[in-house]
Amino acid sequence: MNRWLRSLFVHATLGGYSLLVLFPIVLVLVNSFKTRRAIFDDPLGLPTAATWSVVGYAKVLGNAAIGGMFFNSVVVTGCSLVLILLLGAMAAWALTEYRFPGNRLLALFLAFGIMVPIRLGSVSILQTMVALDLVNTLTALVLVYVAQGLPLAILILSEFIRQVPGELKDAARCDGVSEYTIFLRIILPLVRPAVATVGVFTMVPIWNDLWFPLILAPSEATQTLTLGVQQFIGQFATDWNAVLAALSLAVLPVLVVYALLSRQLIRGITAGAVK
Amino acid sequence: MTQVTLTNVSKRYGDTVVLQGVDLHIADGEFVVLVGPSGCGKTTLLRMMCGLEEISGGELAIDGQVVNHLPPAQRGIAMVFQSYALYPHMSVFDNMAFGLKLHGADRAERKRRIEAAARALHIDHLLQRLPRELSGGQRQRVAIGRAIVRDPKLFLFDEPLSNLDASLRVKTRVELARLHRELKATMVYVTHDQVEAMTLGDKIVVMHEGRVQQAGTPVELYEQPANRFVATFIGSPAINLLPATVAALDGGVLLSLARGAQARADVEAGGLRVGQAVEIGVRPEHLRPVGAEEAGLAGEGVRFDGEVVLVEQLGESHLVYMRTDGGEELVLRGSALTKVRVGDRARWCAPVEALHVFDADGQAHRRRAAQM
Repeated sequence: MNRWLRSLFVHATLGGYSLLVLFPIVLVLVNSFKTRRAIFDDPLGLPTAATWSVVGYAKVLGNAAIGGMFFNSVVVTGCSLVLILLLGAMAAWALTEYRFPGNRLLALFLAFGIMVPIRLGSVSILQTMVALDLVNTLTALVLVYVAQGLPLAILILSEFIRQVPGELKDAARCDGVSEYTIFLRIILPLVRPAVATVGVFTMVPIWNDLWFPLILAPSEATQTLTLGVQQFIGQFATDWNAVLAALSLAVLPVLVVYALLSRQLIRGITAGAVK
Repeated sequence: MTQVTLTNVSKRYGDTVVLQGVDLHIADGEFVVLVGPSGCGKTTLLRMMCGLEEISGGELAIDGQVVNHLPPAQRGIAMVFQSYALYPHMSVFDNMAFGLKLHGADRAERKRRIEAAARALHIDHLLQRLPRELSGGQRQRVAIGRAIVRDPKLFLFDEPLSNLDASLRVKTRVELARLHRELKATMVYVTHDQVEAMTLGDKIVVMHEGRVQQAGTPVELYEQPANRFVATFIGSPAINLLPATVAALDGGVLLSLARGAQARADVEAGGLRVGQAVEIGVRPEHLRPVGAEEAGLAGEGVRFDGEVVLVEQLGESHLVYMRTDGGEELVLRGSALTKVRVGDRARWCAPVEALHVFDADGQAHRRRAAQM
């Protein structure tokens, strides 16, 4: 009885939390398929035959600029992700595997990045980018996001790489394999769940970021999707159909990546819990 | 033709000395077993031979070439690890091919070598499986197979049987011996199990506290242990050790034990003085019960009277524990002791030539009569 109650409580809590988190997303999705009038008349209602409309999607997909923004977002997020995971894993491997002077200090320095929000440095970042003539380039965004993502990636991956049994590395060294091959062929495949976890956790904030695209790359050609959607929100009139449709579309890539990585992700989060 | 020579090899971690003054010669085709209690430095020594640990001092030569600073792969060595260290994400075939690919063997050659090794180890039906789908014994074979395909000059084994259950351990032990015969390869094997050491080794190196205590054939170690440590380490149950005093030197050594008992040992007396405190050692299997009224055996070296405190039946033999009237604890091992009961009075004897004598430093005095 007690057990049944406890299970009920746990499920109620988790269910409630899921509702809370999913509600805005569902609201956006549902309303993106309604006419403008229906959105305001009955924001919580499902689209009916009378209120069904895909005018927002038509507007968004018909807008040539949106395709470009989408492309920009994919490029920035993709490049940042690859660089963060590759450099992060390499740094984590070096910091855990090799003893060299300054090892601890370097690890501490990198961990510092987790504690200091990168936005505090926005002004100097902008000055640096201006000096490097990188303003209004996607490179500027990628550089900033790599810097932002690396500390957490190194912290998490170090922990996982440390768990790879030492004898595996010894065996590989006996096999006459170079350190790079050990890293690429033995270590990376074995910490794949951790890489997936870090990947998802790093990707979402980059994809959703508004701040750095706004200050570093606001030009037409370099706008990301998150920034571009703002153009439908005006001071006097907001094209809600278009905004909601664009937001719905923007969720898709994240969902796809999550679906692809979710099996690895769950293993990554729970690894070590049962051993 | 592979010979390995270690000259005054030592290992230090900072101020901690792990190994010192290790001199060892391993002849071509020899099966050498490093044995000792945990922490004695045997695994460290093996890892130094492999090239996974730096050598702090001394020289390691393979076939006359000093290899102190060569990385593992260039020493022509293959190692089998205690945990097998199979790459968990690769199939058995890939595990065995991994090292080969980098040594420039072409695809057909790799396949041929791997299949030959797999057949020899009876794992040819498992080549496409992942390590996690294999039993412990199968993983063990794959680990050995991975070493064989490289065709190394020297095989190193780091306690390879310690993760197997008892029956499989015996089976694999026999197979390792067969493998050694077939490959005629030079092998170095680390274990803490003296049975493994005695059965596998052409030469056994007993290590303790970072030093080689004695190196020799299994029979040498058993018959002529160099010191107290080797005597207690080799043999199960361990040798009985009793304090004694040298009473007289008359060609042999006459010793007096607690409560006036006497013992006679046939050892070289060099360095012994009358009145010196020593220890005598008698192996449990050399003690024989004699009737309490009988005088004892002919050529008797030592006699104990006492009470049986415990009997353990092992099936093929019995272990009898006795407390002597002098208060010493003894173990006897024999096969026809079914009538011995706890609480019985007993008299045990051992012949003169069975006695070992160790001086105060634990060094053994050479037995003259030992059948070598």
